[in-house]
Amino acid sequence: MVGVQVIVGGLLLGAIYALFSSGLTLIWGMMNFINFAHGEFVMLGMYVALLVVTWLGGGPAVFAVAAAAALFALGVGLYSSLIRHVIRGPLLAQILSTFGLALLLRYTAFLVFSANFVSLPPTALAGTIKVAGIFLPVAQLVAGAAALILTIALHILLTRTTVGSKLLAVAEDRAAAMLMGIRPDHMQALAWGLSAGAAGIAGALMATAYPWSPSVGETFSLIAFVVVALGGFGSVLGSLYAGLIVGLIQAVSAFWLGAIYKDIVVYGLFVVLLWLRPQGLMGRT
Amino acid sequence: MKRSSLLFAALCLTAVAISAPTARAAGTVKIGVLMPLTGNAAAAGQAAKAAIEVATDIVNNAHPELGNLPLAATAGLPNLGGAKIDVVFVDHQGNPSTAQQLATQLITQDKVNALLGAYQSSCTFTATPVAERYGIPFMVGDSAALNITTRGFKYVFRATPIATDYARTYMRFFADMKKQGKKIDSIAIVNENTDYGTSVGDAIEAEAKKDNMPVAIRIPYSASSTDVSAQVLQLKEKNPDVVIFISYTADSILYMKTMKSLDYKPQMILGDDSGFSDPSFIPAINDIAQGVMNRSAWAIGKPGSTTDEINQMYKAKTGRDLDDTSARNMQAFFALADAINRAGSTDPEKIRTALAATDLKPDQLMMGYQGIKYDSTGQNILAATYLIQLQGKQYQLVWPETAATAALQWPMRGAAQ
Repeated sequence: MVGVQVIVGGLLLGAIYALFSSGLTLIWGMMNFINFAHGEFVMLGMYVALLVVTWLGGGPAVFAVAAAAALFALGVGLYSSLIRHVIRGPLLAQILSTFGLALLLRYTAFLVFSANFVSLPPTALAGTIKVAGIFLPVAQLVAGAAALILTIALHILLTRTTVGSKLLAVAEDRAAAMLMGIRPDHMQALAWGLSAGAAGIAGALMATAYPWSPSVGETFSLIAFVVVALGGFGSVLGSLYAGLIVGLIQAVSAFWLGAIYKDIVVYGLFVVLLWLRPQGLMGRT
Repeated sequence: MKRSSLLFAALCLTAVAISAPTARAAGTVKIGVLMPLTGNAAAAGQAAKAAIEVATDIVNNAHPELGNLPLAATAGLPNLGGAKIDVVFVDHQGNPSTAQQLATQLITQDKVNALLGAYQSSCTFTATPVAERYGIPFMVGDSAALNITTRGFKYVFRATPIATDYARTYMRFFADMKKQGKKIDSIAIVNENTDYGTSVGDAIEAEAKKDNMPVAIRIPYSASSTDVSAQVLQLKEKNPDVVIFISYTADSILYMKTMKSLDYKPQMILGDDSGFSDPSFIPAINDIAQGVMNRSAWAIGKPGSTTDEINQMYKAKTGRDLDDTSARNMQAFFALADAINRAGSTDPEKIRTALAATDLKPDQLMMGYQGIKYDSTGQNILAATYLIQLQGKQYQLVWPETAATAALQWPMRGAAQ
């Protein structure tokens, strides 16, 4: 029974990993652009949730949507003010710009929110349900389910809708897309909005279960990069599988081998997989 | 990915902080303080910084209300013609290699007369050899790892109790509880896996073995974990009577929350300071972890007492009560300032000699130590600690009974009703 508990916990965690990684992979797939500030978007999502709960009250539906909206706006704003310009520059300029952005966001958060760890006050999501001897923390259950649904929705948006086709068209061939009457800047701004929005909502959902401080973004960035590389750069569905796999492997190896070995197992398997399949699980060759 | 990860590594290197060297003002004593002012332990580092600033104010200005506390009544250091202490804070971000680098910079560029720091044992461990090499006294503020003072260094001093002192206190406490008929058949040790957690965990395991106290499970883990469910399930399976946590802030809060959500409550949780003393710990968990115990050599004391006055000053500055970790740093600062004053000079060798001759009595201290007197390794042999318990919204001193201000609640209650 403990085994089932471990596996369920790992999958719930993995679903969240998938949600915040999907935004990173979206930007990569759309623009061949690595966003080092992605973990900071997650962190900002957490603080937006906190501000909304403290000032306005309201349940998880309210603060998760607020975080998604705020981060969507931030993503679009950043694209129009910063990314649009640096993307024409050399690779180093692109990387430096988002790395600098990450530091700027992190230390602004230190200034505004201080270095203290904070947690969301107990919400409607506090508590645990027990199903067939398995404890399901409500917060993680809701977060995991929402993450799963949103990641799949993002995948459907990209592969089954006109907007998705336009987004992919711009990624495929910018000039040809412009000839078809698609405005690449609009599409890419939308991609940044969706990417940051997904990170924001993931942050808000995670804030229900984890204490955090402004430096939490570092931890999430690393996980996001691993998930994205494992799933295949640019594949939302790939990051979903990879997120679930990473969460599961971490939980299983932490329980049966010990907590200090979980990262060795994850990164060991990661290296083996990249050796066998460098493009990742679902990446295009 | 390969090219970008190389670039990423290069970026990380360039991101290392560079601070401009400053000229040394005449008539001042310069003390370099290494703390994690950003990063995972930033809250604790900032709290310690505020505490050291209060201590600097106490030394530099006249505070006759503070009783026998050395240097409080006078302004500045009387034996150095009233010289003021100038403190230079640097941020090592909890990174041992940064700490090492900053220690070098403080000595060679800022020309400090002495060093104090550095919160994480791993950072203190790498910063102290630098001080030893340059012959600059290093006062260890609050790092508990044993190996910091076991390397035969001459310039490293530590007023705070260390891992073995704490481990022995815990075993004495368990023996006392058993005598009172409480059931403690086994304990579990959960420790973060850097120098601090490992050395305290090792010390507790060794003392437990000496006392024939079975250790049901030892769980080392990384403090930056985002999920600790697996560890909590391991504990639940082994079901020890007492779980000892040697943890930093985010992880200790995460453990309390995860234990609650997985419906696991041992008879008693004993935290080894650090995370359990972090200002954000109590507000985050006070409704789910009533009765958790912690150690502290700091107690606010009666209204009007020296400790109460110090707490008032700290509270005026930060808006909250002084915590044990910051208080131990403050005590270390006073002990260092006292030695510099007795040396009557900023010469590092004279300061070292004065430090080695330190003999402070309990009434000259703000902490619950038996005194400050160093052995040949630089460790204070008179260090001691109390045990405290979370009751309501604050910790109460509950053990030893002779010093207790509230009755111990056993087993812990967990959820507040």
